[in-house]
Amino acid sequence: MNKIRRMAIACAFTLPVAMSVMAVEPVKLGLLEDQSGNFSLAVIPKIHATQLAIDEINAKGGILGRPIKLIHYDTQSDNTKFQEFARRLIQTDKPEVIFGGFSSASREAIRPIMDKAKQLYFYNNQYEGGVCDSNVFVTGAVPEQQFSTLVPWLMEKYGKRVYTIAADYNFGQISAEWVRKIVKENGGTMAGEEFIPLSVNQFGQTIQNIQKAKPDFVMTLLVGNLQSAYFEQQAAANLNLPMGSSIQVGQAYEHKRFKPPALKNMYVTPNYIEEVDSPASNDFKKRFKAKYPNEPYISQEAANAYDAVYIYKAAAEKAKSTDMVAVRKALEGGGICTDGPQGKVCMDPKSHHMSHTIYLAHVQDDHSIKFPKVWNDIQPYWLGEAGCNLAVKADYSQYTPSNPPKK
Amino acid sequence: MDCPGATFSKGLAMTLLTTVYSFLYQFGDSFAYLTLSALGLAVIFGMMGVINLAHGEFVMCGAYVTILTAKAGVPLPLAMLTGALAAACVGAILEYLVVRHLYNRLFDSIVATWAVSLITQQAMLIFAGPSIEGLSTPFNSFELGDYSFSTYRALLPFFAIAVLAGLYLLFFRTNYGVYARATIQNAQMAKCLGLRTPRIYSMTFALGAGLAGLAGALYAPTITAVPTMGSSFIVPAFVTVVTGGANVLLGVLPAAGFLGLIQSGMTAAFGQLAGQIGLLITVIFVIRLLPMGMGHLFNRR
Repeated sequence: MNKIRRMAIACAFTLPVAMSVMAVEPVKLGLLEDQSGNFSLAVIPKIHATQLAIDEINAKGGILGRPIKLIHYDTQSDNTKFQEFARRLIQTDKPEVIFGGFSSASREAIRPIMDKAKQLYFYNNQYEGGVCDSNVFVTGAVPEQQFSTLVPWLMEKYGKRVYTIAADYNFGQISAEWVRKIVKENGGTMAGEEFIPLSVNQFGQTIQNIQKAKPDFVMTLLVGNLQSAYFEQQAAANLNLPMGSSIQVGQAYEHKRFKPPALKNMYVTPNYIEEVDSPASNDFKKRFKAKYPNEPYISQEAANAYDAVYIYKAAAEKAKSTDMVAVRKALEGGGICTDGPQGKVCMDPKSHHMSHTIYLAHVQDDHSIKFPKVWNDIQPYWLGEAGCNLAVKADYSQYTPSNPPKK
Repeated sequence: MDCPGATFSKGLAMTLLTTVYSFLYQFGDSFAYLTLSALGLAVIFGMMGVINLAHGEFVMCGAYVTILTAKAGVPLPLAMLTGALAAACVGAILEYLVVRHLYNRLFDSIVATWAVSLITQQAMLIFAGPSIEGLSTPFNSFELGDYSFSTYRALLPFFAIAVLAGLYLLFFRTNYGVYARATIQNAQMAKCLGLRTPRIYSMTFALGAGLAGLAGALYAPTITAVPTMGSSFIVPAFVTVVTGGANVLLGVLPAAGFLGLIQSGMTAAFGQLAGQIGLLITVIFVIRLLPMGMGHLFNRR
C-alpha cells in the first residue's frame, strides 16, 4: 500500500517533467551543404543564412513553440557524399525536413533517396528548372523567371545574335536549352553554343570561336572556380562583348573576386544580391553582418536559403504540425508566403516553386552594380502551364522544354 | 593602284596568316600550360622517384604569394619571383619534415603528400577564406584579322621555353647539376665519393616545389585564386609527366609539345570536351606503346 502510494507520488512528480520535455522536443532540420571543396565559396553564405534564420526563429520561440535543431553535414562538393549523408540523415537522425544542395548534379543525386523515403526536402537554390516532384520544394529562381526577363531585354538592347557558353552537365545543358527556346521565340538566332567541362580553366579556343561567330552578346552559364577564369581571360583578349547570365555575380560574386574590368558589361537576373538597396534588403544585411561580420558577400543563394526556412515555418504553422504529410498539404493549399530580403515571395502549390522579385543587375566598368530594371512578383509559370500540378497529381520527374509533362 | 585581284589575294593572305597564327597561339597556350604545370612534378618524380601529390598546393602557394605581394605594391615580375621562392621555401620545409623520412617508400610518400595537400586546402579555406581578389592580366591585347589576342598569353610559351632552357643550364652547366645527376644515377656511389646526398635531395625537392610555384605565379593573373586552384594543374601535370617519362628535360619537352598539339587540334575541331578526352586517350596509348615514356626514345643506350 505504502509502496503504491510512493509510486503514485513519484509518477505525479515525474509526469509533468516528462511532458514538458516532450513539449520542447526540437524540430530537427537536416542540412546538406558543401562547406568544403569546389563549391564551398558559393555555399558558405547559404549555410550562414540558414543558421541566421534558425537563430532568429528560435529567439522568437521556435516553430509551434518548439526550437529548431540544425543537423548539418558537410557534403564536400561531392555527389556521393550527398547520397551518403542524405541516407544517414533519413535513417539515423530522422529530421522533420531536409534543406540544401548547390549543384544540380548533387540535387539529382539525392532526389531519388528523398522520394523513396517520402522525405520533405527544400532545394534552396537557383537552378535550371523543371523539377516536378511531390517531395521537393524549390526556393531558388528558375529559367522561366530569369531568362524570360533577361534574354528579351538584352536582345532588344544589343541585337538578336546570341552565343551561349555553358558548363557541361545537367544545369548548363538545360539552361542552354532555355536560352535557345527564348531566343527563338523572340525572333533571334543562336550564333553558337559551347559546352565546357567543369575541369576546364583555359578558354583560348572558346574566345576565338566567339570572335569568329560575331554574336551581339554572350550568355555565360559557367559554374565553379575553374570556369570563372573565363572572365579574366576574355577581358585580357579584349573580347569586349556584353554578357548575360542567370548565375554569375549572384552566386559566386565574380565581380568582387576579379579585378575590374573583367566582368564589365555583364547583365544578370538574380532574385537578390547584396547591392539591392531596399528597406527589407538593408535590414537583412544588417542582421547578417551582425552575426557574420566577415562574410565576403551576401548572395542570391543566401537569400534563397534564408527564405526557405521561413517558408517552412509558415507552412508548419498553418498545418499546426511538423508532420511531413501535413506540412506538404499546407504548402499545396497555397498562400504560404514570407517577407524576405527580396520582398514578399510565395510558394506555388502546383509546381512547388516560388515567385520572385527579379533584379536586372548590370556590372559597371569598376564592377559596381546598377539596376536598370526590376520585375516584381515573377511567377514560376512554365511547369504549371505545361501540366505539372502536384497539388492534384503526384509526380517525381524533371521536365525540360523539349521534354514536357505528358498531358 | 589597287586592282581588285590584288586586294583579294591580300585579303586571302591575311586570312591565312590569321588562321595559322591563331592555331599557333592555341598550340602555344596549351604547350605552355602543360609544360609549366608539369616541370615541378617532373623534377621531383624524375630525379627523386617521389610522386608528389601536394604539387597543386605548391602551385597555389606560388599564386597566392604573387597576388599578395603584387597587391602590396611590388612590381609584378618581382612578385612572381617571390611567389616561386616562397613555394621553394615551403618545399624545403616539407622535405625536411615529411618527405625525407619516406624516400624509397613510394606508396607512403604518395599518401603523405596527399594528406599534406588535403590539410593545406582545408586550412587555407578556413584561415584565408574561400577566395582572394585576383590580379589583372598584364600587357594589352593585339588584333589580327577578326581575332584579338592577349599579349601576356601569347608570351607564356616563350616563358615556358626560357624555363626549360634555364633548367638545361642548371643541370648541365653548374656544380649542383653535376651532383644532382650523379646522385640520381647512383646515390650509393655518389655518397662514397663524398657528396652529401641528403642535401642534394632537399635542394632538388625545393627546386621542384619552386618550379610548381613559378607555374602558379605565371598563371596567377589569368585564373581564379581559391584554395583548391592547385587541382586544375594536377591533371595536366600528371598527364605530361606520364607521357614524358622520368627524364625531366627530354621527357617534358616532347610530351608537352605532342600533347599540346593533340589538345589544341581536338579543341579547335570538336570543342573543349574533345580536347580533354584527346589528352587522356593519348596518355593511354603512350603508356601502352612506350611504357617508359616519350623521353625514353631519346635515351642513349
